[in-house]
Amino acid sequence: MGLHVAVLIKQVLDPEVPAARFQIDASGKRPAAGIAGEVLGPYERNALEVALQLKDAGAAEKVSVITADGQEAVESLRKALAVRADQAVLVDTSGHDDLDPAQTAEILARAVEKLGGVDLVVAGRQAGDWDHGQVGYLVAERLGWPCVSLVQRAELDGGVLRLTRQGPDGREVVEARPPLVVTVTNDERNVLRLPRVQDLMASRRQPITQWSPADLGLDAAALADLAGGEVLRLRIPERESQCEFISGDDPAEVAATLVRRLKELKLL
Amino acid sequence: MIVIAGRGGQELSRAQRELVTVARRLAGDLGSQVAYLAVGPEAEAAARRAGAFGIGRAVAIELNDASGAVEPIIENLAQGARRLGASVVLLAADHLGVQAGPRLAARLGGSALNDAVDVRVEDGRVIWTRPVFGGKALADVVLRRSPAVVTVRSGAFEAAEEGAGEAAVDVLEAVAVDTAVRVVQREEGRQEGPRLEEARVVVSGGRGLGGPEGFQRLAELAELLGGAVGASLAAVDEGWAPPEWQVGQTGKMVAPDVYFAVGISGASQHLAGISGAKAVVAINKNPDAPIFKVARLGVVMEYEKLLPALIEAVKRELA
Ligand SMILES: Cc1cc2nc3c(=O)[nH]c(=O)nc-3n(C[C@H](O)[C@H](O)[C@H](O)COP(=O)(O)OP(=O)(O)OC[C@H]3O[C@@H](n4cnc5c(N)ncnc54)[C@H](O)[C@@H]3O)c2cc1C
Repeated sequence: MGLHVAVLIKQVLDPEVPAARFQIDASGKRPAAGIAGEVLGPYERNALEVALQLKDAGAAEKVSVITADGQEAVESLRKALAVRADQAVLVDTSGHDDLDPAQTAEILARAVEKLGGVDLVVAGRQAGDWDHGQVGYLVAERLGWPCVSLVQRAELDGGVLRLTRQGPDGREVVEARPPLVVTVTNDERNVLRLPRVQDLMASRRQPITQWSPADLGLDAAALADLAGGEVLRLRIPERESQCEFISGDDPAEVAATLVRRLKELKLL
Repeated sequence: MIVIAGRGGQELSRAQRELVTVARRLAGDLGSQVAYLAVGPEAEAAARRAGAFGIGRAVAIELNDASGAVEPIIENLAQGARRLGASVVLLAADHLGVQAGPRLAARLGGSALNDAVDVRVEDGRVIWTRPVFGGKALADVVLRRSPAVVTVRSGAFEAAEEGAGEAAVDVLEAVAVDTAVRVVQREEGRQEGPRLEEARVVVSGGRGLGGPEGFQRLAELAELLGGAVGASLAAVDEGWAPPEWQVGQTGKMVAPDVYFAVGISGASQHLAGISGAKAVVAINKNPDAPIFKVARLGVVMEYEKLLPALIEAVKRELA
């Protein structure tokens, strides 16, 4: 029997939106609507790829993706189905205020329990919007499972997971047994694959499992009470320096000027 | 009690001394005390050392765990924080902090916050500031539960100076934790040259290098200048540079005198790692690249043309 892997994903404001275009809305607490599109978060893409590689290798039997968000996140769930995740679950939290990591983690942990039979939870190291870096870790605590962080690649070897991860000074290989939570960081081997055209088409017709927080036993008051903190306001930091451009077409001349300026500025 | 937590060691690291600054500010404004908590093989040495930073109370938990798993560290940090009656626990936002902060908060029934870059007290409320949206905004946040377990971004606060004094140290026995997680292999990262975080010169490359060969050029320049090579996330994802070289929000925080950004666009997440650089030199073929907005010196040119000339110019200067 292969593993049932649950990947926790999040759709985020495109992290590549240039700083110059970033604006705050009238509440002062979140980005203005419409400054950029939304994408499946970069670290969630890496997490999904790690799970799919376990499936390719025959180690995982089923890959489920879960998100807690509004209906717009169906788009990212379909992206996951298009690269052949087996099941997609949306816990629809529209109508609840912006969720903080403690709330999100409780919802996702309950969704993992409701799915049943999950052996491995894979999360990105941090979501590319609010950059909290908490959810995977909090889900591990909530489930009472150990957690291996900053994983780049996973293999199953006789019931034991062999995880390549970023250690304090270089790569490490860690062995662990399911049930387990891992958080994923990027490297060249977990860049998310592209979908095949026929899978892309098929993903449009696949069902999305829809749950509400109430289906998970969380009413609005209970959910609100889980919040760990509150954002008072956002502001945009100042960060400009006057760039001195060294112009010219002759590389040798430009290079000589650059070195001279660095010395004059006492930087070299 | 404001608790500075870490793995101990013979000295308080720069990151730990930055935490001292945060702790002092909070303790002053809240009228509380500062304590030090170390969990690791050299816990007691560090706990004694903490006295020299005006810290009166410390807990040392001598943990010698061979598994390499983080769970024993987290559980023992939780024990120590409880013993000290922590209302705030401060950790460096480093490799340990990233994985331990939120989990420690959960175990202590508190709230977690990562990457604090500022803190102030207003009407008795502690307001933390952290970068969000890859550093494109700063959020002021209040936490609801106690203790607040906060990781602090390196370089955001001044490091405290050592003075004189002694801490009353409680040495506790470590709680054993077996999670069946084991590190079975360790690869050494970069060998030659200075560490990225400490280098006076960093030469970094991005997607604009177009391939791994470009990094050889950067390494040549870095070596001439006694510096280290860094990379953007995009270059790591391409497989041109190992993940240990990544600079930025989810990579290394660097603070060199000169940071060369070659073929790097200057995404906010990358810039988050170089705010400590004295000067940025941007080399990019696109004059509108955001990297020029934070650069001191800029060259708009294909790097393939400039780099060989730059290497020659540096060689001439040094000769
Ligand atoms: C949560 C999160 C965390 C992240 N953490 C990090 C991080 O820690 N570090 C990081 O770097 N990124 C990080 N990123 C990614 C970041 O958003 C950018 O995607 C990334 O930094 C882009 O890398 P780049 O500048 O190399 O590539 P690009 O943005 O593609 O830029 C390439 C540049 O090269 C220039 N160029 C092309 N050809 C040449 C040439 N021949 N000569 C000179 N210039 C040329 C182009 O004009 C362009 O400006 C993170 C993103 C998220 C969402």
